[in-house]
Order: sequence, then structure tokens, then C-alpha cells
Amino acid sequence: MAAIGLRGISKVFPNGQAAVRDVTLDVADGELVVLVGPSGSGKSTVLRLIAGLETQTAGAVLIGGRDVSAVAPQHRDLAMVFQSYALYPHKSVRENLAFGLQLQRVAPSAIAERVQQTATALGIEALLDRKPAQLSGGQRQRVALGRAIVRRPQAFLLDEPLSNLDPQTRVATRAELAMLHRRLGATMVYVTHDQEEAMTLGNRVAVMRDGTIEQFAPPLDLYRQPANVFVAGFVGAPEMNFIAGTLSSHGGSYQIASPALKLDDISATVPPGTGAPRDVLLGVRPHDIELTNPGAGNGVGGVQVIEPLGATTIVHLRTDVMADQLLRVLVPPDTPVAVDESVGFRINMDRIHVFDARTGVRLPGTSG
Amino acid sequence: MTRSRLAAAGVAGLLVLLLLFPVYWAVVSSLTPESRLFAVPALVPRQLVFDHYRALFATRDFWTPIRNSLVVAGSTTVVAVALGSICAYALARLRFRGQAPVLAFVLAVSMFPQISIVSPLYLLLRELRLLNTYPGLVLPYLSFAMPLTIWLLAGFFRQLPADLEEAAAMDGAGRIRTFWTIILPLSWPGIATTAILTFLYCWNEFLFALSFTLGPERYTVPVAITLFRGQYQVPWGEILAGAVVATIPVAALVLIAQRGIVAGLTSGAVKG
Amino acid sequence: MTPRPRPPLAAWQRDEARLAWALALPAIGTIALIAVFPIGWTLWESLHTHDLRMPWLGRPFVGGANYLEAFADAGFRSAVVHTLVFASVSVTLELAGGLALAVALNGVTRARGLMRTAALLPWAIPTVVVALVWRFMFESPSGLADAIAARAGLVAPTWFADASAAWVPLILADVWKMTPFVGILLLAGLQSIDPALYEAAAVDGAGPWRSFIDITVPLLRPALLVAFLFRSLDAIRVFDVVYVMTGGGPGTATEPIALFTFTALLQNLRFGFASALSVMVFAISFLFALISIRAFGGDAFVERRT
Repeated sequence: MAAIGLRGISKVFPNGQAAVRDVTLDVADGELVVLVGPSGSGKSTVLRLIAGLETQTAGAVLIGGRDVSAVAPQHRDLAMVFQSYALYPHKSVRENLAFGLQLQRVAPSAIAERVQQTATALGIEALLDRKPAQLSGGQRQRVALGRAIVRRPQAFLLDEPLSNLDPQTRVATRAELAMLHRRLGATMVYVTHDQEEAMTLGNRVAVMRDGTIEQFAPPLDLYRQPANVFVAGFVGAPEMNFIAGTLSSHGGSYQIASPALKLDDISATVPPGTGAPRDVLLGVRPHDIELTNPGAGNGVGGVQVIEPLGATTIVHLRTDVMADQLLRVLVPPDTPVAVDESVGFRINMDRIHVFDARTGVRLPGTSG
Repeated sequence: MTRSRLAAAGVAGLLVLLLLFPVYWAVVSSLTPESRLFAVPALVPRQLVFDHYRALFATRDFWTPIRNSLVVAGSTTVVAVALGSICAYALARLRFRGQAPVLAFVLAVSMFPQISIVSPLYLLLRELRLLNTYPGLVLPYLSFAMPLTIWLLAGFFRQLPADLEEAAAMDGAGRIRTFWTIILPLSWPGIATTAILTFLYCWNEFLFALSFTLGPERYTVPVAITLFRGQYQVPWGEILAGAVVATIPVAALVLIAQRGIVAGLTSGAVKG
Repeated sequence: MTPRPRPPLAAWQRDEARLAWALALPAIGTIALIAVFPIGWTLWESLHTHDLRMPWLGRPFVGGANYLEAFADAGFRSAVVHTLVFASVSVTLELAGGLALAVALNGVTRARGLMRTAALLPWAIPTVVVALVWRFMFESPSGLADAIAARAGLVAPTWFADASAAWVPLILADVWKMTPFVGILLLAGLQSIDPALYEAAAVDGAGPWRSFIDITVPLLRPALLVAFLFRSLDAIRVFDVVYVMTGGGPGTATEPIALFTFTALLQNLRFGFASALSVMVFAISFLFALISIRAFGGDAFVERRT
């Protein structure tokens, strides 16, 4: 296995579109790094740049410490699992698995053995003589994985491997992928648009937007200490609530004022120099709010939508603190609440995040 | 079947019958004795004879033009498909700066009317002593066969999913190997259709064959039929027999490849 | 950063480009030899006198004299008129008939293969054969056409001896051969229209005629344009069917420009003059294609190329 490094990678397409802007990233040997972001964020392009299927307009790609920018994708010794699986339709599963090894001039007996081993490990040995068209989506996905594994490459690149599976299969396969990674100790770069996949699979996760990395950290760090509004809103479901307000200082402590919100002072870990009153966004996750009687708590709201999920329930409140959006609150499943009811809500002030409204950056010292 | 479906089927069926009537008429007439050819025509013939066919092959040596057409059309198809397929692959999938100009070049050449290059080709072939020879027809035929194969095959190659080739690249396969082991096997239907269409165009070609052959020993089928001469009158019976014989391979090919032909011709032509 | 930087190509990308040229060159080279070279020669020849019956004249440069002679030649001017008449009538009939056929076939779900074979057969049959069969059917005095006319109580002209009537079998033969092909092209276009559009229109209250005008025709525009372009270019260059059926006759009454050129070339052996005519045929085709594309929608044509 090898480490992968990106040094100032940029990719501008001939039509002028800048898909990747100055990305620097390090994937340690044996680490599973997830690139996550909305469509158009450049995550797939970064993966293809690592693979060599695209060429960067600036910067270098390092594999095992070596600059491979001048090396063709055929010779980078990487294996890629495509979103559409890209299995060779005219070859059997066995031949699909063997293809890469044949190109490496591995002895036929060794090929047969490795193919058998890999197939058994993935539970597809019964399918070896079938063609891809005769397989289900989940089976095809395993063959795609098998084709990568059997080659024993320096690293694996996975491009949204679960997105074509139906939701139930997805969760099960996700766990299998995690176990596979542990067993192989493989270096993996994994692209997805699903934040849940990112959080559950990644040793470290890079959140991307518009061609740049917004934050690169272990999953829980992203969750607890998001660098900016975008990351805070992207990671964690249901999405964080953002309430507009102003931050001002009072002697040694800081106060956030928001219309229609009754707030105590925040404990003062905001560093000095925060200066004059500034506009901020108060970020609070749905499960850091609880419902109370109207009059108690920090504010009131009218219940608009109740979404019972079974294990929890999401309640959407119309409030004066968020003019154009509904406040999302996560409550236990048997909470007595009805639509159009007027309720109060209390924010757990130990768990709020404060973001500068202009730059979106989180003010240090404020986190949950 | 609903009323409207019945109506549509009826109209379609009627149109098809009308369409095929001349073919039916030609076949029936080719089996009608000479004396009755211009008598009062009847829809269903009363007498069928094979005289004209016998005369065609015995007296007029129709085997020679058939052989000539087969050789010329076959050779042209093989060369055009072989050279055209690799060119089409380069145009469809490889990245190089000549892509657009080459495509434009191929298209421009195919738009040139055949009549415009007959005279220089005639002089050229005369210089090379290739008039009235097989190569003397294959070479001119390539002028329309190559753009055809390139255009059709480029369309077929482009329809293959791009990530198949990327997967092959990641597996370590170079371009040529990818073409040979992945693209070609998967393009088999497209290549077959292209070959059939090319053969069809060559078999039916008239102007070049008329201009570049000088005697019956090298006439192709279309030329031979047109130049049938009778002693006292136009030998319609034999002409029609020759027409039917000329059409049989064409009809067979169309029957085999109709699905592919439609796909090939319309994939590039129509984007909904 | 500049808007369109071109990164230096890696070694393997240069190899790929080199490979691409290597693969393309045999085909391009062949085409260049067989087509480009003669085309250039034709242009060159058109500016010279080159009469194989009068070799003592040599091959002097005469500039545009051949072209001027063509314009002055009444036979050439008639040939242009013949070609334009033939093209406009046959293409119109083929488009209309093809559309009708496409609509009819679209409603049929069974025996598609049989229908397609039947539709492709006329197109696949050698033009020479088509011309001969239709000539046979219109032979006077007792051909099929005359017999049908007699049954209907009409007097049929001597088709091939009459300067106007000779056009009828010519156009019918061409229309018979090519209408089904146009039908197939348009049928493919019809079938690529999302059926959900018709359903949405029906829900919105549109009747079949309204749907046809507002959905079918606009979405069929690319296919119609392609069919129109192909057929028109072919019609301008028509040769086979006329040569075989009428020989341009009676006299030169049905002679199109391609045949006029052919006669000058291989019967009168006037290479210089014929070359000028060839160039004019190409110029007319090219101009026509340009004008059509500009007038009816360049975007439809460009789409085809991608």
C-alpha cells in the first residue's frame, strides 16, 4: 500500500470551467479518505486526477512519494471502482477479474488461484461463469470490487460505489466496505455525495465545494467543530439550524442578541479582538433543542410539520427568529405535540456554534 | 386491437403492399414468356417459365458480372472497414488536435458529387493502366466507401460507454489492446452493419462502373443489365430476370440486417 | 489564472496523439489520394482547354472560358432547370410521403421487422434496377401504366416520347425508391420523442391535430432537416435513374446537369469543359447545403455531428 499526495492540484477544463482549485491533500498509507460534497464540487475530478484519467492544469500527484504526473493511468498501479461498475459485458465474471492480472503477465495458475480467493472472499464464487448482464446490481458491485482487489494495487479509488444500490442494500454494503478496508489495510480514496457514507466510512473526510476543500478532518471533528457554515450545514442530518443575530461584548462576556430570542450570555471563550458588534449566524443542531411550554425556553413557535421517523421525530416550527425557514427540532418519538400547536423551545447553549455572518467562518471557542 | 390500432395497421399494411407491388410485378414479369410480356396484364399470372433466367446465364454469361460485382464490392468493403474502423476509433475516442479538422475533411469529401471526380479519376486510372481492372474500380469506390465507414463506425464507437475504456486503462491495458479486446468485440453488430451497408452501396454503384470499365469481361451487374442489347427489340424478359438476380443478394442482406441498418443510419442522423 | 491554459502534454498523452494520427492516416491518406487529388485536378482542369478529340490543341490555360461557355450554353441552362424541377418535386413528395409513412408505421407495434424490411427494400435495390422496372411498367403501348389508364378510361401519353410526360415515371421511380427511406429516418425521429409529452398534452386538453402541430413537427425538425438535406443533395446530383430510364430524352428534355456533364466528358471527351461543369455541380450543391442549414436551423445539423 502507498500514501497518496496532492500538491496544489488545479484543473481548468478547455471551456474555462475551473473544476478543481489548488487542492492539497495527504492520504496516509492504509487510510480511507472520503471526498464528499454536492455535485459540481470537484470531488470526482480529483479522483480522476489521481487515477490519471484527467491531467491537472497545475500541481502534482504523488503516489508513494513519487510524482506520477507524467505516468499514464495504465502504469500508476491503482485500482478504480466506477459508479457504473464498468464491467466488461462480453466477458464472464471470471474473465473480468482476470483481465488486469493477465495484463500484468501473472502466471495463469496464479491468476486462477487469486481469482478464486477473491471471489470466495466476496461471496461471488457461484457467479464466476456468468456474464454481467445476468447479475443483480449488488452482485455487479461486488464483481467491480473484486476486479480491483484481485490486482493488489497500491491504492483503491472508489467513485460513488454505493449510489446505484437501493437504500437497504446500501447500508449493508457500507458496513462490508468498512470491514474490507480494515481487513486489507488498504489505502482508499472514496468519493460520495452522501454525508452519512462519509461520516461512517472515512478515517478522515474532506468536504469539498466549488473545487476547493472546505475542511479536512476526522468525521467527528467535522461534526463538532465545523470550520464554516457550509461544512456545518452539510454534515449531520437533519441539517443544522442557522439563526441570524448580533454578537457584542459586555465586559468579560459576550452576548448574542436575536429578535424574539431570549438568550443568556454565552460563556466567554470567544477570543479578544472580536471587537465591535458584528452580525453572526447562530448554529444549533436539531437535537440540541428541546420543546417546552410557550413562555419557558428561548422562544416560541407554531408547529407546522411533524415527521415521525420511528426512533425519533422531527418537528418543524415556524418562528420569528427564522423568518423564511422552519426551525427543525428533533424530539423523542412519543412527545405529545400536534400541528398548529404553539410551543416553546429551549436551546442548549453549551452546544451552539457561532459563525461570522459575512465570511461564514466559525468563531473559535464556540462549539458544541 | 383497438380501433385506432386497427386503422393504423390497415394503413401501414396498404402502404407496404403498394410499396412492394413493383417488386412483385418485376418478379412475375421475369417469369412470363416473352410473347406475353406486353399482352393484357393480369395481376396473377397464368403461366410461369424460366426461359429468361436460362438465357441470362447460358447465353449472356451473367455469371461474369456477378463475379465482378462480388469481387469489387467485397474488396472495397474489406479495405474500407479495416482502414475506416481504426480511423473511426481515433476520431471517436482518442484525444488529439486533429479530431475536428479530420471529421470536417471526411464530411466535405463525402459531399462532393461523384460526377466531379470522374474525369480526373479516368485520366489517373488510364495513366496507371488500371482501367477495366478490379483495382481500377476498388480505388474509386473507396472515395465514397471510406467516409461512409468512418462516419458510421465513429457513431457506433461513441455509443459504447466511455468508462469501459477507462476501466481497461486502470487495469493496465494500452490503447491498442483496449481497441482489440474490448471495443472490437463489443462493436461487432455495428461493424457488421457497416460492412453490409458498404457492400450494398458498392453493389448498387453505377456511374463509376460505367465510366471505368471498358468491356463485358469487367462489367458489374448494374452496368451489364443496362447494356443488354437485343437483336430486334429490347430484351425485357432477360433484363427483368437480371434485375431480379441483382436484387436477391440485396434483399437477403436487408432481411438479415434491417434492425442494424436502421440503427446505424439513424443514430448519427437523428438526435431527438 | 488565464481562462484557457493549455497544460504541457505528458509523454503518454503525446504518445496517444501520435497513435491517433497513425490510426487515422491510412484512411485519410487513401481519401486524399482518391478524392482530394482528383478534386484538385478537376479545379485545375476546369481552367484549361483539354479536348481528347483534338489533342493538337494542347492544354492551354483559358481561365474562366469554360465557365462562360457553360453559362452561354442553352443545353446547360436547360439542364439546370430540369434538375431544379426534378429536385423540388421529388423531395417534396418524398418528405410528405415519408412523414405519412412514419406516422402510420409508428402506430404499428407488431411485425416491426417485416415492416422495416419492406420499407428498406426499395432503397436497397440498385437504382439501375429501379429505373429499368419502372421503364418497363411505363413502356408504350401496352405497359402496365397504359393498361391501368385504359381501365380508368383515360388516354395515356406515349410516356418516353413526350418531353413533359417522361418526367412522370422518372419522378415516380425516385420517389418510390426513397420515400420509405425518408420514412424510416422520420420514424426514428418520431420514436425518440418522449411519449410523456403527448400524455401531458392530452391531459392539458390537446387533440391529435394540435399535438401533431405543437409537439411532433417541432421536435421532428432535426430529422426533417437531415432528410431534406440528404435528399436534396442527392436530387441535385441525380444521374443513374435518368441515364438508364430515358437517357436524358426524348432528345435532351429530361437531361439533368450530371448527365450533361457526363456526356461532355465521356462522349465528347471535353475534359476541360466537363471539369468546369463538375465544379459548378459541386458549387451548387455546396451553396444549397449552406443556405439550407442557415435558413432552417444550423443547430439541428450540428447536433448530428457530436
